[in-house]
Amino acid sequence: MIGASAAYAVQPDEIMSDPVKEARARVLSRELRCMVCQNQSIDDSEAPLARDLRLLVRERIAAGDSDAQVLDFLVARYGEFVLLKPRFEPATLLLWLLSPLALAGGGLALWAYNRRRSKSAASEDPALFELTAEEEARLQRLIGTEPSPNNPA
Amino acid sequence: MIAEAGHYALVLALGLALIQSTVPILGARWRDPALMNVARSTALAQLLFVAGSFAALVTLHVTSDFSVVNVFENSHSMKPLIYKITGVWGNHEGSMLLWVTILALFGGLVAAFGNNLPLSLRAHVLAVQAWIAATFYLFILLTSNPFLRIAVPPIEGRDLNPVLQDIGLAVHPPMLYLGYVGFSISFSFAVAALIEGRIDAAWARWVRPWTLLAWIFLTLGIAMGSYWAYYELGWGGWWFWDPVENASLMPWLAGTALLHSAVVMEKRNSLKVWTILLSILTFSLSLLGTFLVRSGVLTSVHAFATDPTRGVFILLILCIFIGGSLTLYVWRASALKQGGLFAPISREGALVLNNLLLTTACATVFIGTLYPLALEVLTGDKISVGAPFFNLTFAPLFVPLMVAVPFGPLLAWKRGDLLGAAQRLTAAGAAALIAVAVLWAWTRGGSALAPLAIGLAVFVIAGALSDLAERTGLFRLPLTTALRRARGLPRASWGSVFAHAGVGVALMGIVCETTWNTEYIGTMKPDDVAKVAGYALKLDGVSQRQGPNYREMVAQFTVSEGGTRLSTMTPSKRSFTTRSTTTTEAALLTRGVSQLYISLGDTAADGSIAVRIYHKPMVLLIWFGPVLMAFGGMLSLSDRRLRVGAPKPARATQGLQPAE
Repeated sequence: MIGASAAYAVQPDEIMSDPVKEARARVLSRELRCMVCQNQSIDDSEAPLARDLRLLVRERIAAGDSDAQVLDFLVARYGEFVLLKPRFEPATLLLWLLSPLALAGGGLALWAYNRRRSKSAASEDPALFELTAEEEARLQRLIGTEPSPNNPA
Repeated sequence: MIAEAGHYALVLALGLALIQSTVPILGARWRDPALMNVARSTALAQLLFVAGSFAALVTLHVTSDFSVVNVFENSHSMKPLIYKITGVWGNHEGSMLLWVTILALFGGLVAAFGNNLPLSLRAHVLAVQAWIAATFYLFILLTSNPFLRIAVPPIEGRDLNPVLQDIGLAVHPPMLYLGYVGFSISFSFAVAALIEGRIDAAWARWVRPWTLLAWIFLTLGIAMGSYWAYYELGWGGWWFWDPVENASLMPWLAGTALLHSAVVMEKRNSLKVWTILLSILTFSLSLLGTFLVRSGVLTSVHAFATDPTRGVFILLILCIFIGGSLTLYVWRASALKQGGLFAPISREGALVLNNLLLTTACATVFIGTLYPLALEVLTGDKISVGAPFFNLTFAPLFVPLMVAVPFGPLLAWKRGDLLGAAQRLTAAGAAALIAVAVLWAWTRGGSALAPLAIGLAVFVIAGALSDLAERTGLFRLPLTTALRRARGLPRASWGSVFAHAGVGVALMGIVCETTWNTEYIGTMKPDDVAKVAGYALKLDGVSQRQGPNYREMVAQFTVSEGGTRLSTMTPSKRSFTTRSTTTTEAALLTRGVSQLYISLGDTAADGSIAVRIYHKPMVLLIWFGPVLMAFGGMLSLSDRRLRVGAPKPARATQGLQPAE
């Protein structure tokens, strides 16, 4: 089967005859960890255990299991450790929610900060840009004593 | 003798670091220039001694002195010279020595080129630098001494791990460490600024080149490591979301954010407090990376528990520096004055968005890497967090980032015009839409996401080019005027154009490789032909060959396309007798920016051999992108305005430009 989608450590003899089922097996393989390797999916690994798991996945698919059933079967057998993408459950709540929360929290903090700063800047404005009586007088004096060269009156 | 000299030099370096970490601080307190200047001489002397110590270890490895444990465990007399040298940092002790050597190098550079820094700032920066150095010298001397002797020297060494016997080891770790450790400079500057309670645009102008330098090395280091994994590990993957990779990605993400926030600080004197925090976080993540890789905590929490000395020591260093600097930050940051105001839609606003997305991405990698460890320590449950998790969480962060990238440089400082920027990006948007449409038509029925992602990449690249056209007046003004303006454009502007285009190029490579990768897996006998992506690969035969410290089985393939012979490819499998391990040496044939990739599997009894052949379209773009980014960084670094360093008081009036 030339031109198929990515497959890595899959051996020629493992490939299922039904291309649809084989494609499902590949997708599932990429989500399952080879438990004796360091951070490799069973799709990438050349370890014998990975091969056993690949064959097991194909066996379950051939037996008519859905993708979820295959994963449940493997989790029941090997524990949550086998899943490279942990399920969303109480123990992994923080893992899944940190990134959206950080984004939302950061955005909110920025919005609040921007509001506060522009408000405080606005409240400072009159004091900053209006001249005091003393400055006004000095300005008048300067204008009065120094005739502008552009304006030969 | 050499080993003892190296050991002694390291002890002296520790002594110098201890002087450098205290005397200049006292000098700054008492306003004594002589004491403050001690920092300069000790930093240079420290560099000299550490370099001497490192040279000693290199000499021991090159001369194969097996009476030294480190050489015995990681070298072999028959090993080629290049690997004898690179093998110095192919192990824990040696790589830590390289780490401190580079740290001393950066300290020495600040000492040598920091003449236009305010004296007290330089004293503080070098003192902080010495605190880091001193703890790591202690770590090496107490737990990881590379100069230990064996009472009865063996005849032959145990050889270096064969996977590491590759030119990649010569380049990847030094680059990575130059990046990791380079961020110590911005960390030291940040801590010095907090101690002094003073920070201004001149500070940012000083920090930015150092951050940029570290970032360039880290970018190249990560890209190099990725390419190394791609051709060495034999299954053609180039990024595995492995904790060790994540350890280098986190400082890169934070460092990229830092680079951008430092621009805001330099140009607009804004985001000061945030820039300081990012400087601290970036180097903290570098330290965390060192801890993760060096403590063995990743292999297993239990491996860490059985030999905890090293891990606990680094953990302690980690806690002291991260905890200490963050405490200092909380205590002193409020003393720093806030800078200029800006509207949400402005160049500053765009850079803040960049920072928000990059730091969130960094936090995602952080939690994904450490969550399994934390969960196992706390509850004993073992979970895995791998590529599917990261791919899922990373994409939603990077898509808006990519969309925003072309807009940023087109917005004005303080208050930008989003509609105007969008109008100027019309051409880029059109190019992206055309790319999407063409790909859609061409790949009918394929993945719908891939053409969109390519469109995004085209948008980023075309956006960078539009920025360039906008600045030079290309297509609006006569060509000669545009060329003159292009020459006059600051190198930093050229740099950002290249770096941003590099992001798009890398994205394009990533999408093409993951979507349209084709492959052939099968067993082949001599004269069998495999057809992959229009190429025919004929196995000519298999032969055996003797290398310097291995035997290899070489298969020769003739590659042809449409009947014309193109080239031969010779993948091999090497068996190293000393460690009784084998490595696969993949054969690569580059066609444009695409590659054919062959790696060998096992041989069967009947003489047939398992082969994997991949055609990886546009795969080289994945690494050209980072190279472009680094090139942009170098252009920016060569900008005169950065080399000038801190502005002189007379030039400060330039800050009073009218607002646009």
